[in-house]
Amino acid sequence: MALIANLLIQGAQMLLVVAVAPLLVGLVRKVKARLTRRRGAPLIQPYRDLARLMRKDVVLAENASWLFRAVPYLVFAATWVAAALVPTFATGLHFSWTADLIAIVALLASARFFLALAGMDVGTSFGGIGSSREMMIASMAEPAMLLTVFAMALVAGSTQLSTVSQFVASPDVGLRVSLAMALVALIVVAIAENARIPVDNPATHLELTMVHEAMVLEYSGRHLAMIELAAALKLVLYLSLITCVFVPWGIAAGDAGALSYVTGLLIYLGKLTVGGVALAVFETSIAKMRVFRVPDFLGAALMLGLLGTLLLFVSRGL
Amino acid sequence: MPVELAAICSGVLMALAGAAILLRQHPRASVTVYAAATVPCGIATVIGLTGLLGSGVTTTTVLPVGLPWLGAHLRLDALASFFLTIVGLGGAVTSFYAIGYGRHEPEPGRVLPFYPGFLGAMMAVVLADDAFTFLLSWEVMSLLSWGLVLTHHRETETRHAAYVYLVMAAFGTMSLLLAFGLLAGGEGGYAFDAIRAGARSPATVTAILALMVLGAGSKAGLVPLHVWLPLAHPAAPSHVSALMSGVMTKVALYGFIRVVFDLLGPVEWWVSPAVIVLGAATAVLGILNALMESDIKKALAYSTVENIGVIFAALGLALAFRASAMPAAAALAFTAALFHAFNHMAFKSLLFMGAGAVLNATGARDLDALGGLIHRMPVTSFLVLVGVTAISALPPLNGFASEWLIFQSVLKSPELPQVSLQMLIPAAGGLLALAAALAAAAFVRIYGVAFLGRARSDAARQAVEVDRFSLAAMSALAALCVLAGIFPGAVIDAIAPAVSATLDARLPQQSDQPWLTLVPIAESRSTYNGMLVMLFIALSASASAWAVHRFASRRLRRAPAWDCGFPNADPVTQYGAGSFAQPLRRVLGTILLGSREEVVMPPPGELGAARHAVHARDLIWDGIYAPVTRAVGAAANRLNGLQFLTIRRYLGLVMFSLVGLLLVLTIWH
Amino acid sequence: MDRIAFDTAHMLAGGLVLASFMMLYQDRLYALLNVFALHAVVLSASVAWQALIQDAPHLYVTAGIALIFKAMIIPGALHRIIQRLGIHREVEQVVGVGTTMLAGMGLVALSISLMLGLTVTADALAREDLAFALSVVLLGLLMMVTRRNAVSQVVGFMSLENGLILAATGAKGMPLVVEISVAFSVLIAFIVIGVFLFRIRERFDTVDLQALDTFRGDKA
Repeated sequence: MALIANLLIQGAQMLLVVAVAPLLVGLVRKVKARLTRRRGAPLIQPYRDLARLMRKDVVLAENASWLFRAVPYLVFAATWVAAALVPTFATGLHFSWTADLIAIVALLASARFFLALAGMDVGTSFGGIGSSREMMIASMAEPAMLLTVFAMALVAGSTQLSTVSQFVASPDVGLRVSLAMALVALIVVAIAENARIPVDNPATHLELTMVHEAMVLEYSGRHLAMIELAAALKLVLYLSLITCVFVPWGIAAGDAGALSYVTGLLIYLGKLTVGGVALAVFETSIAKMRVFRVPDFLGAALMLGLLGTLLLFVSRGL
Repeated sequence: MPVELAAICSGVLMALAGAAILLRQHPRASVTVYAAATVPCGIATVIGLTGLLGSGVTTTTVLPVGLPWLGAHLRLDALASFFLTIVGLGGAVTSFYAIGYGRHEPEPGRVLPFYPGFLGAMMAVVLADDAFTFLLSWEVMSLLSWGLVLTHHRETETRHAAYVYLVMAAFGTMSLLLAFGLLAGGEGGYAFDAIRAGARSPATVTAILALMVLGAGSKAGLVPLHVWLPLAHPAAPSHVSALMSGVMTKVALYGFIRVVFDLLGPVEWWVSPAVIVLGAATAVLGILNALMESDIKKALAYSTVENIGVIFAALGLALAFRASAMPAAAALAFTAALFHAFNHMAFKSLLFMGAGAVLNATGARDLDALGGLIHRMPVTSFLVLVGVTAISALPPLNGFASEWLIFQSVLKSPELPQVSLQMLIPAAGGLLALAAALAAAAFVRIYGVAFLGRARSDAARQAVEVDRFSLAAMSALAALCVLAGIFPGAVIDAIAPAVSATLDARLPQQSDQPWLTLVPIAESRSTYNGMLVMLFIALSASASAWAVHRFASRRLRRAPAWDCGFPNADPVTQYGAGSFAQPLRRVLGTILLGSREEVVMPPPGELGAARHAVHARDLIWDGIYAPVTRAVGAAANRLNGLQFLTIRRYLGLVMFSLVGLLLVLTIWH
Repeated sequence: MDRIAFDTAHMLAGGLVLASFMMLYQDRLYALLNVFALHAVVLSASVAWQALIQDAPHLYVTAGIALIFKAMIIPGALHRIIQRLGIHREVEQVVGVGTTMLAGMGLVALSISLMLGLTVTADALAREDLAFALSVVLLGLLMMVTRRNAVSQVVGFMSLENGLILAATGAKGMPLVVEISVAFSVLIAFIVIGVFLFRIRERFDTVDLQALDTFRGDKA
């Protein structure tokens, strides 16, 4: 009985992240539109877009290989699994021990690896430029991410997200400057990984500035829908990650009752809303960088992650 | 007794080398020799595995060869069994691959006699239980592999590679010779048992450690001693490259581990930072070079340098933990190092075999002459895809499992008593993370340019799939990568006897864990389950694909590529090896590799072509090797005069040196 | 109380190190000045917090001086200088941002391990403050070394001085007189440097200090 309940909760989380992902994208777009005094598309527009793409034919480039056709599903699956393992409204889910934080980061890296390969598959210049730049950005962002993971794991003594989250929520953490730095670094990484301004612009189709969009340029129909859904999932994943580690209050514990699950869910949705609005405000208030400024930006995140781990020892050594 | 069986395997291989000399003109010699070499290698694998999984009893024997008062001491303990498994397995699969691949060799007589002997010598290194046998087998291994590097001796590049290799191998063996001399001490106890029992001063221990880093590190490819590796490994025929990168570097690691962890006794903590930093720097520099290289085999060789760096960093961690009496953490780092060594054997051999298949099918090693092979060589392409995913440390394959263990041991660093190590180890962990991320970029580049996209040459357009033997060998290794990734616990349990024999500690038994989860320390701390990750990805990918095809749309049309409305039929307009590397070359290469871009644009209005050139300097070669080479050259020029002296002066020289030596002796006493 | 007191002091002092890194990252002069102002604000907050927990009212004066002079007057004056000199372009750096920050990391690691090793007997807060302060001082020096522009060198110098103040407040019982005299000497140094800036520009048409070397005459 308990097993079934656990499985149900785990399943609920899997469905929740997929269901809420397009809504979050819609929210960010809506807020950005309002901030620039446009009315903006309705919140549910991303769902409509996905449905429309799903219904359309796939127009496949003539020399696309089987890899090109398999990648959308692989990318979606890897991102989905990763998103399902991050605590959203409850910690200690039934399968949460399948992968720790390092493995979640690596799962996202897998998704990116295959997407970059798909960008190279058709053999166009745009696909190549996207893949090449994406891997450049990733090779700075991933170590930065892992260093933040190190900082958090060294504080909490664990790489299990549930443990980290419970640790931060407990009263004996206190204010740690290392954690503040890790937070800033994680936000920078999240911006870069999700192809947001100032690193990339998800709305642009201007050749010279595209990174992520260039990579998926040849995709259409249901394939594109899967990739867009995966991108939305990734945004949800990063927001969930940031909230579950740095604002873990309100997350239901593993063995809590139904009521705390409901409140946990509501609080989680509230956090997502706040995060989405903050992202929109940030994106509106900043300009996109040149591609070769991005390494400096991410390098700073890398340094912050490193600094965070170094400063841990100031208070530890006491 | 297992050790004698293993010695017989090694001996059979040596005998096969002799037979190959006689057979080499025979038309079916190549098939016969490779098929025959597969058998003893397979038996050696079984012996190694039984040593690890079965009783775990150490067996020794003394053969009446070698130095008369010493004989050849042989010993098969758990550590040796583990490396015997690597040598045997790598050798068996490679030999099987070569049954097909070797047929394309223009001059089989230049490969066949060396090949089995090389395998036999590597086994002998692993079995050796005294310094003499060890060094002799080591040197035979070096020389035979040198002979294999020289196979295509008509190419200038190959001759240069072989020359550099010979010099570096001689240097390495010299360092090892000195190290063993110091180990044996004044009494000259050359048997490993005598060495193990000996006591040494801290200064001697440090000197031995430095010499081992030089000797074993130069064979394994540690920066800055790696210069020969990206020259020599690719110059050999591809199956030999697979052996050299996949197996011989592991034998070098074995030498390091045997001496530093087993024979040397306790080592102070302050040597470990040197090993960690050297390893991490090797990893980053190696993979960065791989990212810039447009020769597919050279790029793979540089990636070997990277992996060796990763393994050395893990070994350094194990040293640090052991020195501070943290056996569990030391066992974790050591297990990670051995696991990664095993994984590297699997995927690097696979990738070199794939490169060999490409070379066979197209005759090209240059990435910019390839492309679109996924359409022409579907099976090879799929197998190589497994290999590149594994080597990029991506879940759920095996490369990730071992990297994950390394990161877990990095996170044990706060428990160390030394503040400097506490700060250094996470920073080194950051470097390892950077290397892993760069590895993914490097292998997207290699795979994307060679196998995806459109063919860049006629040869690539007309490539055909390789023979069944090669495909079978590659499939076996690909299956190994997948299995070791899904069931890392089984591999860790198999490694455990080797770890506990070396460190008196081991990781908890992984097969007891529910769902075959990997739990290196405690469940609340970190867990990873490759099987479930694989299962979840497979399930959700197929479920979503099924749902989309069932409920949404399954229609598909083929059309020309869109490419933002400007498709260009010329395959040169694709992203190539150089263009893919450009962003990272600009970001990291400028400082670390000294690369520089030069663009010459004609003035506006002129119709001349613009030129773009990339200049890269090998900072290590320019900084270390070039001055040494120059100094040696200058000294040789100076000493050249000695060739033209009169008899009287020669006699005078002899007399002066004699008197000088006698004087030294007098003063000494 | 004790816990919160310590944590807040830790956050503020750590924030000062972070601000130093932000200055290393900035390569535009205006942005640099803004970050410098932030640096001073964090410093004054940190000093004020120390005043509160040490119960030392004279530190409020120090905090006030830092806030008024360093967070307002000096950045404002530098703003005007930059405007009048017309050099609101990018900062020229001798080495790249990444390398500079990496070197900065090394300096922080050095000062932490040094201070933790040296001050085993001192109390926790002071040790930590000293480690952070030394980091800030070294980062300020690094900034002066890696920048060629005179204005950013001035900023580096000022941030170095901020580190000294942090160290001084962490060690209990520094007399107010010393603080005020330090503040004024810094102000005077600032005025002198400001005058010099204009003199340099008048003579050489640039505030790039590389130009001074060329005019020294002892080199070919």
